[in-house]
Amino acid sequence: MTPTIRTAMGVGAVYAIVLGAALLSPYDPATQHRDRPLAPPTRVHVVDRDGRVHLRPFVYADDESGPTYPVRFFAHEVDEDGSIGSRRLLAVDPPAHIFLAGTDELGRDQFSRLLYGGRISLGAGVLAGALALTIGLLLGCVAGFFGGWIDAAVMAASDLFMALPWLYLLLAIRAALPLDVSPGRALASVVIVIGIAGWARPARLIRSVVLSARTRDYVTAAAASGASRARLMLAHVLPEAFSVALTQASILVPQYTLAEITLSFFGLGVGEPTPSWGTMINAMLRQELSAAHWWLAAPAAALVVVSLLYHAAADALHQRSQVLPAGAWR
Amino acid sequence: MSLVRVVGRSVVVRHLARALVELLAVSLIAFAVTELAPGDGFGQARLERQLSPAAVDALRSRAGLDRPFLARYASWVASVAHGDLGRSIAYGAPIAPLVARRALNSLLLVSASLAVTWILVLPLGVWMAARDRSADGRLLAAGATALIAVPDLLIAIALLLVAAASGVLPTGGVRGAGFTGAGRLAAIGDLVRHLVLPVAALTLIAAPPLARHVRASMLDALRAPYLLAAAARGIPYRRLLWRSALRAAANPLVSLFGLSFAALFSASMIVEVVMSWPGLGPMLLDAVRSRDEPLVLAGVMLSTVLLLVGNGCADVLLRAVDPRIAA
Repeated sequence: MTPTIRTAMGVGAVYAIVLGAALLSPYDPATQHRDRPLAPPTRVHVVDRDGRVHLRPFVYADDESGPTYPVRFFAHEVDEDGSIGSRRLLAVDPPAHIFLAGTDELGRDQFSRLLYGGRISLGAGVLAGALALTIGLLLGCVAGFFGGWIDAAVMAASDLFMALPWLYLLLAIRAALPLDVSPGRALASVVIVIGIAGWARPARLIRSVVLSARTRDYVTAAAASGASRARLMLAHVLPEAFSVALTQASILVPQYTLAEITLSFFGLGVGEPTPSWGTMINAMLRQELSAAHWWLAAPAAALVVVSLLYHAAADALHQRSQVLPAGAWR
Repeated sequence: MSLVRVVGRSVVVRHLARALVELLAVSLIAFAVTELAPGDGFGQARLERQLSPAAVDALRSRAGLDRPFLARYASWVASVAHGDLGRSIAYGAPIAPLVARRALNSLLLVSASLAVTWILVLPLGVWMAARDRSADGRLLAAGATALIAVPDLLIAIALLLVAAASGVLPTGGVRGAGFTGAGRLAAIGDLVRHLVLPVAALTLIAAPPLARHVRASMLDALRAPYLLAAAARGIPYRRLLWRSALRAAANPLVSLFGLSFAALFSASMIVEVVMSWPGLGPMLLDAVRSRDEPLVLAGVMLSTVLLLVGNGCADVLLRAVDPRIAA
């Protein structure tokens, strides 16, 4: 297995976990277990008090002297009032709970929030990356292909966007969008903000690729045999730009994931009760900076793991792009 | 050669002209963007029962919000050119003194971090390059790589948590609560104590990528054949490393210096918010939250100015260091 495939599988696994949040999380991310604020992670046992080994893992409800509650796999969640909820990977009967990463100050299951929040944060990164790359691809191709004053204008604009301190830019654009909106629209606005703030770098890169591709012999040959400008661009120049865009994506997506997390951390992203890793990390600070609630650092730990994965993936992609000429991976 | 061309060739003048155009463009974009925003700073006032809608409208028109876009933009540019940044809606006070204090705090933090970072990064990078073939050099390089992967936000939070747990350093602000201004020396000491934590965070954020660059640049310089020739003549390695190689490696490092200012400036926003350092960052954040458009504009413009000045200085410095770059 090459490093590229290995790291890509790692990143893919993270996305698969996050996308499967509805099944993998034991609770709804907004459900508040009012009697259990700031509960530490539930301990899952295999060996009980009497030293007997259970084949099925189990948990205790409150103290370890009470009855045991087996962990049921792929079972329906049962609420405290006895109503039957949706199917979950892990479920225990009330009054026991299974909080794999503890609860926050409102008694919401952190593990479930982590998965659902990952959907927002990681998803926003991918969407914003796609948006920025699309704008960059479009403008870069147009600038590189047509040249002249169009090129000059696009490059001047990208200069400007790259010269600005980009967090400040992010905030300034965020200021233009409504503050209190539904989670879907908030996510859309965050994605748009990041995409608009970030188009300049990919546009420059793709322009330079297009510029060099334009002078290739096969492009000249196609032009000589009467291919239209649109065909030249779509069939001959664009494919070359795509492979550059892919490498660029591996750098942009983690950066934009962080941008979403930062915006949410500032309270300008997707609002409660929809979780985002940014708002969850903010809760770390709100809990009086206490080491007693160490499980509140779970989103930070998840973020570090994901960042390391992303970096490894970008590194692997970068290294292979150095060995192989652009586009050779196909 | 005409006078215009001579003046046009002056790097500083060209930078200034370019910066001016960029500033105008930024101001137009920022102004248009805030225009797009639904609602304004008086949204809260409308909800208050004591104020009639007519009174709010009067307030709006006194702030000039009922005039057409271009007219407001023109008068804003004119007043900024006179040094008047307008009035903040949320604070109800002139913006200029408000922003100036914040900008000074930000600059203090960024320049202190810039100094500490480079003082740290140069020997570290050189050392990493010199020890490239041994375990300790590699270990340090790997550590730098790992630190790069940790998000800025988490570095700041981690430092804050550690400081709060140890209780040695103040975890916010620029001045201690009990500080009464007794003596200049005590004041400086207090300021330095408050600077330690945010500067440490910014250094941890900015230093690892820079150290890696210094290392790469030094490795490039060390590979040059003339260094082998110099070594063959018996010039001690230490002297080669710190005099010849470092000087050859300096060129990319000087352009990095300018970039590092921009990076630190952007990162300082996060650090300022996390560590409650009263710089431009928290102010701009509050302004965005409360829809205080004049303040948002001023904050964005001022940060742009600071950044452009930083970039310009770096470019002039680069030209001064490297005569090969034509003016």
